[in-house]
Amino acid sequence: MKRLQNLADLQAAAAVTEAAASVQVPHGRLRVLVGMATCGIAAGASPVLDVFRSEVQARGLGNVQVLSTGCIGACRLEPMVEIRAADGSRVTYVKLDAAKAARIVQEHLVEGRVVDEYTIGKEDHRPQSDHIQQARSLEATSFFGRQFRIALRNCGLIDPESIGEYIARDGYAALGKALLKMTPVQVIDVIKQSGLRGRGGGGFPTGRKWEFAAAQSGPLKYVICNADEGDPGAFMDRSVLEGDPHSVLEAMAIAGYAIGAAQGFIYVRAEYPLAVQRLGLAIRQAREAGLLGDNILGSGYGFDVQLRLGAGAFVCGEEIALITSIEGQRGEPKPKPPFPAIKGLWQKPTVINNVETLANIPVILLKGAAWFTAIGTPKSPGTKVFAVGGKIGITGLVEIPMGTTLREIIYDICGGIPGGKRFKAAQTGGPSGGCIPAQHLDTPIDYESLTALGSMMGSGGLIVMDEDNCMVDIAKFFLDFTVDESCGKCPPCRIGTVRMHEILQRITAGEGREGDLEQLEELAGNIKLASLCGLGQTAPNPVLSTLRYFRDEYEAHIRDKRCPAASCRALVRYEIDPERCCSCGLCVQSCPVAAIHGSKGKPYLITRDYCIACGACAAKCPFTAIHKH
Amino acid sequence: MADSTDMTRVTTGLVPEPLDPALEAQLAEIIDSHRAMPGALIPVLHEAQELYGYLPMPVLERISAGLKVPMTEVYGVVTFYSRFSLQPKGKYRIQVCMGTACYVKGAEALLDRLREVLHIDPGQMTTDRLFSLDQCRCIGACGLAPALIVNTEVHAKMETTQMDSLIAELRAKEGR
Ligand SMILES: Cc1cc2nc3c(=O)[nH]c(=O)nc-3n(C[C@H](O)[C@H](O)[C@H](O)COP(=O)(O)O)c2cc1C
Ligand code: FES
Repeated sequence: MKRLQNLADLQAAAAVTEAAASVQVPHGRLRVLVGMATCGIAAGASPVLDVFRSEVQARGLGNVQVLSTGCIGACRLEPMVEIRAADGSRVTYVKLDAAKAARIVQEHLVEGRVVDEYTIGKEDHRPQSDHIQQARSLEATSFFGRQFRIALRNCGLIDPESIGEYIARDGYAALGKALLKMTPVQVIDVIKQSGLRGRGGGGFPTGRKWEFAAAQSGPLKYVICNADEGDPGAFMDRSVLEGDPHSVLEAMAIAGYAIGAAQGFIYVRAEYPLAVQRLGLAIRQAREAGLLGDNILGSGYGFDVQLRLGAGAFVCGEEIALITSIEGQRGEPKPKPPFPAIKGLWQKPTVINNVETLANIPVILLKGAAWFTAIGTPKSPGTKVFAVGGKIGITGLVEIPMGTTLREIIYDICGGIPGGKRFKAAQTGGPSGGCIPAQHLDTPIDYESLTALGSMMGSGGLIVMDEDNCMVDIAKFFLDFTVDESCGKCPPCRIGTVRMHEILQRITAGEGREGDLEQLEELAGNIKLASLCGLGQTAPNPVLSTLRYFRDEYEAHIRDKRCPAASCRALVRYEIDPERCCSCGLCVQSCPVAAIHGSKGKPYLITRDYCIACGACAAKCPFTAIHKH
Repeated sequence: MADSTDMTRVTTGLVPEPLDPALEAQLAEIIDSHRAMPGALIPVLHEAQELYGYLPMPVLERISAGLKVPMTEVYGVVTFYSRFSLQPKGKYRIQVCMGTACYVKGAEALLDRLREVLHIDPGQMTTDRLFSLDQCRCIGACGLAPALIVNTEVHAKMETTQMDSLIAELRAKEGR
C-alpha cells in the first residue's frame, strides 16, 4: 500500500478496499474464507486451501475470491470454510478435507448448489449440539449468535495478511481520529470513562494506568503489549494476533500518543510462530502505509513497534518480569512499587497492556465510552473472551458481555457436556484461579464475582471438567505447573509450592495422612502472604478452591484410599465382572504386565498386586466386562 | 526450570561436538547485527539456537565475547528459559503439550505411550538421534486437545493408539 499522508488518504483507502472487504461482496461474486489459524492448520486446513486455490484457478472461476482468514472460534469444527455471496448469504462448511473441498468447488462454486451434508448443522450430529442442527452458517447457530464480538470483531472475517481489509473495516480510523481530532488528555478521558479494565488478569482500569504514565515527565516512555499468554488453556490472544494483528498495532500507537511514547514493544511467546510471523508482516505493512513511523497521517506524531520473543517462562507474563526479560535478563520479578507506569522498561515510564485489552481500544475510541459502558455490568463494562476447553460440546473462543452466567456459556453457547456425563466444575483463571462447582453456575461473571467464588477472571481460560476428572489431581496439576515455573527468587514460592506439591502427590498416591489438609491450608496462607509476585501470591488458589468445594474428595483419598472420580492411578482398581466375561482372552493379550490370568471357559481374573491400572484391558474388552472402581 | 541447570549433565553421555564451520560466519553475523541493540542477548540466543538446533557451550562463549555480556550472565539466562537447550535435540523433536486443556483430555497417556515406544524419558534423545521427547507448555491449540508438535507441525486430537503409527511413519521416512 502506498504511504497515507493524511485522513483523506486513509478514508480513500478504506473506500477502495471496501469492495473487497468481508462485509460487502460485489454482485455476482463469491468470497471463500478458509480458516488458517494455528488450530485450523493443525486440523488440516492447508490442503483444503490448496484445493480451493488451485481448482478456482484451473477452472477459471473469475468471480470467486479465495482468502485465508483467522480463527472464527469454533475449533472443534475445523477445518472450516465460509462462503459468502453478494446477497449477504453465508454458508459454513465444517470438518473439511481435500476431497470434500473439491466437491464443494464443483457443486457450490460452479453449479450453485449448497452441499448440505458438509454444512455446520449437518456435520454435527452430537445430540448435545441439537441447537446447531438445521443451521447452514455459523452465524445462525446459538454458538455464534449469542456472542458479542468486540475484541474478536475481525477474527475469521478478514484476511489478516492484508492491511487493506483491516482499513476497510474502520481500521486505523480510531488512530486517525485520536491524532488529528483529539488531545492526549481527551483520549485518556474516553478510555477512563469507558471503564475498560485490563483483560490480562488483574482487571486494573486501563485509563488510570495511562494517566499515571502520561503524568510522568521526560522524553522517553514506552508502550508494551503483553502477548505472553501464559495461562495454559487460554488462546484468545493468539487468535487476535493471528487473525487481526493490526488492531493491536493501532491500539499501541493510540496508547503511545496518549502517554507521550514513541516506541512500543510486543512481547510475544515463541510458542506462537504463526502469530510472530503475522505480526512481523503487519508491522512492515503499517510502516509502508505510514501508519507506523514518523509523522503518522501528517499529524507530526511518530511511533514504531518492535517484536520481542519470549523463551518459555510463565513468570515473564508478570509485567515486571516481562520488562526484565526485554532488557535481556533472567525474567525475575521485583517488589512493587515502583509500578511500571512510573519506572518501567529501562527505568522509563511504561504502559503495559494485554492483547485483548488493546484490541478493545480502537472500537471504544470510535464508538464512544457510553456505547461501551452500556455493555456488560456497571463495574466490569464490555465483553470478555473465554477460551472454552475440556469436556465440552464445542471447544473454542467465546466473547460474551460481562455478566453472562457460566451456565449460559457452557450449556447455551457451547452445547453442554458430551457423552451424557455430569458437569463437575469449571476452572477459570488458570494456575492462579480456581474451580467453580455446579451450585455456582448461575453467577453472573465479572472480576469481583469470580474472586468472591475463590477463583479469578485471569486471562479467560475456561476448562470444563466432568465426573471423570479428579479435583485433587487437577489441583496437583496446577501445583506441578507453578513448582516448575516458579522463578526461584523468593523462598515462599520456591519452597512452599514444592511442599504443597509433595503433600498432594502423597494424597493422590493413596498415602495421605490425617492433618494433611490442615497443613495444605497453612502453607497456602503463608505462600499467599509472603510471595514476591503474583505467581506465588496466587499459586495456592487451585488447591484452596478445590478444598473449599470438594473437600470430601480429598477426604476420600486420605481416609478411604479411594478416588471418587476413578482417575488417580494408584487408587484405581480394575475388576472383571464374571457375569459378563466371555473368556475371549483379549484382555490377556492387551495387558502389558501379564496381570490377567485364567483359562477358556471360565471368567478371567486380574491379580491386583501386578496390575498397574493402565486401563488397556478395559479399552479392549468387547463385552464391557471390565470395570474401574 | 530450564532443562539443564547442572554442568555435569550438560556433557555426560555426549562427545563434545566440533562446531559446524559452515555456520560460524552466520553466527558472527547474528552477533554483529545485534551489537547496538539494547537487550540483545535473548534475541541472539533465539537465532543461534535456530541455527544450531541447540546452544552448545562454544556458541555461548562466542556470544558472550561478541556482545560483551559476562559468561555467567549468558549461562544464567540460558538456564532460566525453558526454550533454550544446552543439549542437542533429535531430528524429529516431539513435544507433547501439557497445558490444562490437553492434560484434562489425556495428554499424560500420550506421553506415557511415547516413552514406551521410544524408550526415552522427556528431556532425552534416542541414541540414533532421530527423536527427542519433551513436554511443552500450551501451544494454543487447546480447542483440539490433546495436541503435540513434531518439529513445527501441530498434530491435534491425538489418541494414544496413534503414537505407534506416528513414530513408525517417521522412522519409515528415514528408511529405518
Ligand atoms: C504470574 C503472572 C503471569 C501473568 N501472565 C500474563 C499473561 O500471560 N498475559 C497478560 O496479558 N498478563 C499476564 N499477567 C498480568 C500482567 O502482570 C499485567 O497485569 C498485565 O499484562 C497488564 O495488562 P492489562 O492491564 O491490560 O491486563 C500475569 C501476571 C502474573 C502475576
Ligand atoms: S493446553 Fe494444549 S494446546 Fe493449549
